[in-house]
Amino acid sequence: MSRKRDNYETSRWKKFRSWVDGETDPLEHGMEAHVAVPRKEGMFDSPDHEKAVREELARLYGDSDKTAILRARGIRYFQRFYKIMSVVLCLGIILVLLWTVASLPVTGVASNPDNNEVAARYIERGLQETGAVNIVTGMILDYRAFDTFGESCVLFIGSCCVLVLLRLDGNSKNENIRKMIAESNDRHFEPKNDIILQKCACVLVPIIMIFGIYIVLNGHLSPGGGFSGGAVLGSGLILYLNAFGYEKMGKMFTEKLYRRTTLCALTFYCLAKSYSFFTGANHLESGIPLGTPGAILSSGLILPLNICVGLVVACTMYAFYTLFRKGGM
Amino acid sequence: MKLFESVLLLSLIVCAMSVAFTKDLLTSIIIFMSYSLIMCIIWMILQSPDLAITEAAVGAGVTSILFFLTLKKIRAIRKEDGSEQEEG
Repeated sequence: MSRKRDNYETSRWKKFRSWVDGETDPLEHGMEAHVAVPRKEGMFDSPDHEKAVREELARLYGDSDKTAILRARGIRYFQRFYKIMSVVLCLGIILVLLWTVASLPVTGVASNPDNNEVAARYIERGLQETGAVNIVTGMILDYRAFDTFGESCVLFIGSCCVLVLLRLDGNSKNENIRKMIAESNDRHFEPKNDIILQKCACVLVPIIMIFGIYIVLNGHLSPGGGFSGGAVLGSGLILYLNAFGYEKMGKMFTEKLYRRTTLCALTFYCLAKSYSFFTGANHLESGIPLGTPGAILSSGLILPLNICVGLVVACTMYAFYTLFRKGGM
Repeated sequence: MKLFESVLLLSLIVCAMSVAFTKDLLTSIIIFMSYSLIMCIIWMILQSPDLAITEAAVGAGVTSILFFLTLKKIRAIRKEDGSEQEEG
């Protein structure tokens, strides 16, 4: 049951909505206007400056002289209030955070909540149960795998949001968008065949890429894993793009490839981990061999999951860069 | 080792303060990069190489590149003759 409100036009909800939608002109509501009057040397807070501000305001609002004086005073009070309140807010946040830190448990006491049986079990039986020599990867991709799934989804959603905000559609019929594309098309600013950058990239990019792949593939044996390796791979892609431009990159990495890779990686991660959790929770035989600890093909699902996370992270980093740079891939 | 750690922690604090107090945005991003690098070494000393790799790649690399790009988009980076900086 909805009831029609008679006072909708004057209600706070209406005001709030129009403010959110950007319909309200901030100038109409006085206080938000910041009057920019060029300041001369020694003019600060002198009667001259005040007069200049008043004249500027009278011009903005079309006020009479008297209301302009009142309004200038109001804005001055408001700006002072604004500064005081920002300091008070900062101090309040600092106080709350310090208070939180003060009530944390002391480091190194045996009865702390982090010394529980879960942590002990991870350390004692982690290698045996997950098959990963690197206990950290064993934890985040086996025991806590759905946490990592959430993180990759957050990255994917983040890149989708950037896509929604910054994407410029090339096929759009809107004249303004076409103009924006022409403006933001910064290829003519790009160093055309910058020989130093290209030679450096020729040496560096293969090393960076191989190192990234190494980190991803050895996530269960040595420090690293999908996230850090993916970030290294993404940086390598960005360096290549900067050195050789969009045209060469477009042959290898397109938006279609980005979409397919991300989707496949996330879907595979979700299905594989759901399967292993389902069998694990019901004490079924999962049929995934753990292998010998220390070998590259070991520790069950951790290696493919690492590759999935690495792909998602690398694609997301590259997508962020291109979307920030020119609003498309 | 103790001395090395304290020097690192001190420079961490100095970096964190100067990021906030630097007027020039480009300078503050570069200081932020160095903050990430120092943090990366501290992670190594604290025996968590996983975090050190991530910090070096994300904190010092990708984040700073995105910051540079944003500065370029809002036209805060300029050459001295007024034309835009070329490298993102």
